[in-house]
Amino acid sequence: MYSEKVMDHFTNPRNVGDLENPDGVGEVGNPTCGDIMRIAIKVEDNIITDIKFKTFGCGAAIATSSMVTEMAKGKTLEEARVITNKNVAEALDGLPPNKMHCSNLAADALKLAIDDYLAKAGQVG
Amino acid sequence: MNTVKKVYLDHSATTPIRAEVAQAMMVAMTEQFGNPSSVHSFGRAAKKALEEAREQVAQLIGAQPGEIVFTSGGTEADNLAVIGTAMANRKKGKHIITSSIEHHALLDSCKWLEKNGFEVTYLPVDSNGLVRVEDLMAALREDTILISIMHVNNEVGTIQPIEEIGKIARDKGILFHTDAVQSVGKIPVDVNELQVDLLSLSAHKIYGPKGVGALYIRKGTRVEPRNFGGGQERKRRPGTENIPGIVGFGKAAELARINLPEEQKLIILRDKLIDGLLERIPDCQLNGDREKRIPTNVNVSIRFLEGEALLLSMDLKGIAASSGSACTSGSLDPSHVLLAMGICHEIAHGSLRMTLGRDNTEEDIDYVLDELPAIVERLRNMSPLYCCEKAAQCEVKEMCQNV
Ligand SMILES: Cc1ncc(COP(=O)(O)O)c(C=O)c1O
Ligand code: FES
Repeated sequence: MYSEKVMDHFTNPRNVGDLENPDGVGEVGNPTCGDIMRIAIKVEDNIITDIKFKTFGCGAAIATSSMVTEMAKGKTLEEARVITNKNVAEALDGLPPNKMHCSNLAADALKLAIDDYLAKAGQVG
Repeated sequence: MNTVKKVYLDHSATTPIRAEVAQAMMVAMTEQFGNPSSVHSFGRAAKKALEEAREQVAQLIGAQPGEIVFTSGGTEADNLAVIGTAMANRKKGKHIITSSIEHHALLDSCKWLEKNGFEVTYLPVDSNGLVRVEDLMAALREDTILISIMHVNNEVGTIQPIEEIGKIARDKGILFHTDAVQSVGKIPVDVNELQVDLLSLSAHKIYGPKGVGALYIRKGTRVEPRNFGGGQERKRRPGTENIPGIVGFGKAAELARINLPEEQKLIILRDKLIDGLLERIPDCQLNGDREKRIPTNVNVSIRFLEGEALLLSMDLKGIAASSGSACTSGSLDPSHVLLAMGICHEIAHGSLRMTLGRDNTEEDIDYVLDELPAIVERLRNMSPLYCCEKAAQCEVKEMCQNV
């Protein structure tokens, strides 16, 4: 039921783990199924230089977390902030319809991490 | 070559068809293809095959052949049992008692009845997944017309006190149905010992074909049909009979009866698997009563991880199992059975069911026990809930109290 890309990101997730002294952290719970995702970022000169995730959730949730970190790494905050769950799902060659909500988790966690950074940096995002 | 070993541990979902069963079905398809209602020799051959199968199924549960109605499976048998008896007895009363851990085939039949003027009491279960007879006694009413409690639960494998309930129902003159889809072929099932009036069966859980089952209806019990048409199955289930399926079911029933003592051997494998998991995986708990449990069921919750991710990882190693996680269910609700047992959402999320079958070996169990700890470790390291040594004081605890 999952695409090859999803299975690839599930079996070899990119950027798993925690960051020491992250500049921003976003954590979201999925109201639909109760899953949780956390994304931590390092920011230098407005660019996301490092990013890590941890996810408690299904295969799609893990794959979308992995994909969103890959998409955001090296991007400016503005570029990263506009990544949507649809972009993530497309980059994974699609998700089964009942799994689309899992990709919301990833895009939302990234946005929250960026907002957290901006708030800490004193600029409300 | 890198061929992955395959271990099938999902026999409560379905079983492979046995060679003898497939052979009997082949004969039914090619030689006994007549319509059993026809007068000619072709029809008579099919009719003979049908009645033989009816005898085989009846024998498996200690019933008379005339008390067996073939259906399209366990689901239809449950639907017919509950709705058919409720409708036939609606002038006597409107109250039905069932449990909160029944299969959806039964729960959804009850929902339909509730929309149609009946009242249903859903008995709770204890933390081991067992219905308490006291709760049943307390729920009885003057207008109770039917009690339906499953013999064995499909998720946690717990064996319910059906004999005791049967006795109470008989004393009170209330009809009693049990869903024996998951018990038959694994533990003894005898309609007279259990004192049931109706009992559901499904062929594909006992190494028979999918899409065929039966409802046992004790002689003299009134059931309103749900299908309308010809006079087949004494008008209780009209429609030209699925002869290949029924013949396969009959053969599977015969083999299940003969091989019942062998099922006991699976207890050794089951216990090895349970003990091995509890020993090798930290923060792992058994779901469901350890003793009152069929020989084939293992159900554990592995904390701090999610069942679907676990199943995918196991599948990559060739191990087939199932989970009560919300992420594996189409509805995105976690298992209603685990929730009814008082298990919190997060722990239900990490539930893993492995159900054994006659072809499983000790090597299969060793393989699972060797592979699983690493899979669990990998997923836990990805989980924001897992804090290694600090696991005990993890935030999950608080989450659990919120549900
Ligand atoms: C307890 C129970 N009842 C009913 C059914 C439904 O049987 P069938 O798949 O034959 O419709 C199942 C199978 O999943 C079951 O486990
Ligand atoms: S995270 Fe639960 S279904 Fe995907």
